[in-house]
Amino acid sequence: MSRISTGLLAGLMLVLSPIATSAQQPADPAVIAKGEYLARAGDCIACHTAREGKTFAGGLPMKTPFGTLYTSNITPDPQTGIGTWTSDQFYQMMHSGRFPDGGLVYPAMPFASYTKVTREDSDAIYAYLRTVTPVKQLNKPHDLTFPFNNRSLILGWRTLFFREGEFKPDPTKSAEWNRGNYLVEGLGHCGMCHTPINALGGSKQSQAFEGGLIPMQNWYAPSLTSNKETGLGDWTIEEIVDYLRKGVSAKGAVYGPMAEVVYNSLQYLNDDDVRAMAVYLKGLAQGGPPEKASTSLPSAESSLLLSLGKSIYDRDCASCHGATGQGMPPDYPPLAGNQSIQMVSSVNPVRMVLNGGYPPGTSGNPTPHGMPPFAQKLSDDEVAAVVTYIRTAWGNRGEPVSARQANELRAATLN
Amino acid sequence: MAARVLACAPCHGAEGEGTSDAYFPRLAGKPAGYLYNQLIAFRDGRRKYPPMNYLLEFQTDDYLKKIAEYFASLRPAFPPPVPPVDSKEILARGESIVKNGDAQHGIPPCSACHGQTLGGMEPGIPGLLGLRAAYISGQLGGWRYGTRTAFAPDCMQIVAGLLTEDDVKAVAAYLSSRPAPADPSFAPRGSLPMPLECGSEPH
Ligand code: HEC
Ligand code: HEC
Ligand code: HEC
Ligand code: HEC
Ligand code: HEC
Repeated sequence: MSRISTGLLAGLMLVLSPIATSAQQPADPAVIAKGEYLARAGDCIACHTAREGKTFAGGLPMKTPFGTLYTSNITPDPQTGIGTWTSDQFYQMMHSGRFPDGGLVYPAMPFASYTKVTREDSDAIYAYLRTVTPVKQLNKPHDLTFPFNNRSLILGWRTLFFREGEFKPDPTKSAEWNRGNYLVEGLGHCGMCHTPINALGGSKQSQAFEGGLIPMQNWYAPSLTSNKETGLGDWTIEEIVDYLRKGVSAKGAVYGPMAEVVYNSLQYLNDDDVRAMAVYLKGLAQGGPPEKASTSLPSAESSLLLSLGKSIYDRDCASCHGATGQGMPPDYPPLAGNQSIQMVSSVNPVRMVLNGGYPPGTSGNPTPHGMPPFAQKLSDDEVAAVVTYIRTAWGNRGEPVSARQANELRAATLN
Repeated sequence: MAARVLACAPCHGAEGEGTSDAYFPRLAGKPAGYLYNQLIAFRDGRRKYPPMNYLLEFQTDDYLKKIAEYFASLRPAFPPPVPPVDSKEILARGESIVKNGDAQHGIPPCSACHGQTLGGMEPGIPGLLGLRAAYISGQLGGWRYGTRTAFAPDCMQIVAGLLTEDDVKAVAAYLSSRPAPADPSFAPRGSLPMPLECGSEPH
C-alpha cells in the first residue's frame, strides 16, 4: 500500500509531458494495480455500474432536474465500451470532458474535478480499465427534456464553470497537504456534492466546499470548510480519518449519499491517503460568514414544540443517543455538538428521523448498528418537535423545524 | 446482534416475532438461507419495499448472512391464529390447492415444495404457517406484478401467475387459519419432489 502511495507522490511532483501510448501495449502489473486503486479513489464504479448490473458496464440512471442521464459502458468491449480508445482519447475525456470525436460530455461525468488528474494517473486508470472483463452492452440514450437534450448547451456551462487544468502542487505546503488537495479536488470529486449547486447545475467555485443541497436527492451535504460553526473545525484528524474510512467516528456517523462514497470508494484508500485528505479538509478556510438561519417560529410555538420534543426524545431516542445527546460512539453517534444536524438546512435530521439508517458496512466497521425509521410512528408535529429539540438542546444552535417541513420530506425518494 | 438490529424492531418486533401490522412479516425461525436470499434481494432492489431497500443498501453479504442467521435462530411464541372470517367453501378451496394443487389449471400443490406440514425446506424455502392473510396475498400479488422477484428460475412467479384472484384469497384464508407449530422444523434439503425448478433452492 505505502509503495503505491510513494509512487503516486513522486508522479505528482513531476511535471509530465504527455506521452502517447499505443492502445495495444500490455501494461506493467504495478501500473494496473495503481490504476485500480485510483479508480476506487475516483469512485468510477458507483456511477458506471447499474444495480445488479455488470461491473463498469454502465446503464445506471442518474436523475437530474433536467431529465435522466444513463452512464456509459467503460469496459474494454470494442463495439459498446471503450475498447478502441487510446490513452490519449481517455485522457482527453478525463481532462477536457470531450469524446474522441470532440463532442461535449455532460458534467454529470465529473470531468470538472477529474481535469486535475495527472496524465500519469489517467494512464494508470486507463491501463486498469483495459483489464476488466469486457461487457457487450449498448449505452442507453439519455432522456433529457428540451432544451437540455442539446449538447451545445454544455458549451455555456463550460464557460461558466469549467476550469481545465491539471493539479499544480503548492510548494509552500507540505507533501501531505498537496496529496490531500489532489485527491479531494481531483479524483474524489467531493465538491460535486459539497459545493452549492446553482440553477444551471454547476458547482459555485466562489463557495467551494461550503456545503449544498443535492438536487433530486433531498439531502444536504454540509460544509467541509474549517469554520467552527459549520465545518470540520472541531474535528481531530483522527476523527475525520475514522469517518471517511470506517463510516463512523466519535463526532458523527456517515449517512445518506455519503454512505455510498465511503462504501464504494473511501474505505479502500490507504491510511496515508485518507489522512492527507483529512489534513487538507481541516485546512480549508471558509470564504464568508456562514448563512444566517432564515426560518424562525414564534417563540410561544417553539417552546411548546420543545417540551413535546423532549418527551419524544426521552421515550424514543435517549436509549441510543443518551439522555444528554452524548451518544455511544462509534455505535451511536452523539447529537450534542453534532454540526451535521444544526445546519441552516434541517433536511438531514428530519430525514434521519423519518427514514432511519445504517452507516455503511466497511472493513473497519463491518457490522454497524442501525437506527429505526420513525415515519410511521411519529406524526408531522412530533417529527418537527423532536428535530427542533435535538437542534436546540444541549447547547446546539440549530433553528426550529415546522411540521410542514417534516411533511414535505415524507415524499423524498429513498433510493 | 440484538442491539445491531434494533432498527428492524419497529416493523418486525424486537425478536422478529412480527407486529400488529398484518403486512409486516415475522422473521423469527424462518430458514437462514431463505432470510439471507431476501436480504440480498432487498439490498439489490430485486424485492422492493423502499424503507427496507434503503436500510440495507450499503451492507455486505457477510453482515446480511449474520443478520439472517440471527433471526433464524430466534423462537418467540406465535400469536394465536385469527379465527377465519371466510366461508367454509373458500377455506376448503384453499386447503385443496395447498395440499393437492389444481391439475386442471396446472397449479402444483404448495406442499410439494413447502412440505407436508408446510414447515418449509432447507435452505431456501420458507414455511407458510404463522403468516397473516394480508401478507400472503400481498406477496403473491408482488410476484404477479413484479415487485418481488427471487433468483431465476423464479418458480414462485410461475406459481403465483397460475392463481386467480379467488385462488389467492382462498389460499391466504386457509393458510392464515392454521395454527403455527411451536418449534418450526424444516424438511431436509432435497427431500421434497419440487415440481418446478427454483433458483432460491438449488438442487
Ligand atoms: C457521478 C457519476 C460519475 C462518476 C463518479 C464517473 N462517471 Fe464517467 N460518466 C458519467 C456519465 C453520466 C457519463 C455519460 C456522459 C455523457 O454522455 O455526456 C460518463 C461517461 C464516461 C466516459 C465516456 C464513455 C463513452 O463511451 O461515452 C468515460 C470513459 C468515463 N465516464 C470514465 C469514467 C472514469 C474513469 C471514472 C472514474 C475515475 C468515471 N467515469 C466516474 C458519470 C460518472
Ligand atoms: C454524493 C454526494 C457526496 C459526495 C460525492 C461526497 N459527499 Fe461527503 N457528504 C455528503 C452528504 C449528504 C453528507 C451529510 C451526511 C453525513 O454527515 O454523513 C456528507 C458528509 C460529509 C462529511 C461530514 C461532515 C459533517 O460535518 O458531519 C465529511 C467529512 C465528508 N462528507 C467528506 C467528503 C469527502 C472528503 C468527499 C470526497 C472524497 C465527499 N464527502 C464526497 C454527500 C457527498
Ligand atoms: C436503536 C438505536 C437508535 C435510536 C432508538 C435512535 N437512533 Fe438516531 N442514530 C442511530 C444510529 C446507529 C445512527 C447512525 C445512522 C447512520 O449513520 O445512517 C443514528 C443517527 C442519527 C442522526 C444523524 C447523526 C449522525 O451524525 O449520524 C440523527 C439526527 C438521529 N440519529 C436522531 C435520532 C432521533 C431524533 C431519534 C429518536 C426519534 C433517534 N435518532 C433514535 C441509532 C438510533
Ligand atoms: C419500515 C418497516 C420495516 C423496517 C424498519 C424493516 N422491515 Fe423488513 N420488511 C418490512 C415489510 C413491509 C416487509 C414485506 C415487504 C414485501 O412486501 O415484500 C419486510 C420483509 C422483510 C424480510 C422478508 C421476510 C419474508 O418472510 O419474506 C426480511 C428478511 C426482513 N424484512 C428483514 C429486515 C431487517 C433485517 C430489518 C432491519 C435491518 C428490517 N427488515 C427492517 C418492513 C420493515
Ligand atoms: C416449485 C416449488 C414451489 C411451489 C410449488 C410453491 N412454492 Fe412458494 N416458495 C417457493 C420458494 C423457493 C420460495 C422462496 C422464494 C424466495 O427466495 O423469495 C417460496 C416462497 C413463498 C412465499 C413467501 C413466504 C414469505 O414469508 O414471504 C409464499 C407466500 C409462498 N411461497 C406461497 C406458496 C403457495 C400459496 C403455493 C401453492 C399455490 C406455493 N408457494 C407453491 C417454492 C414453491
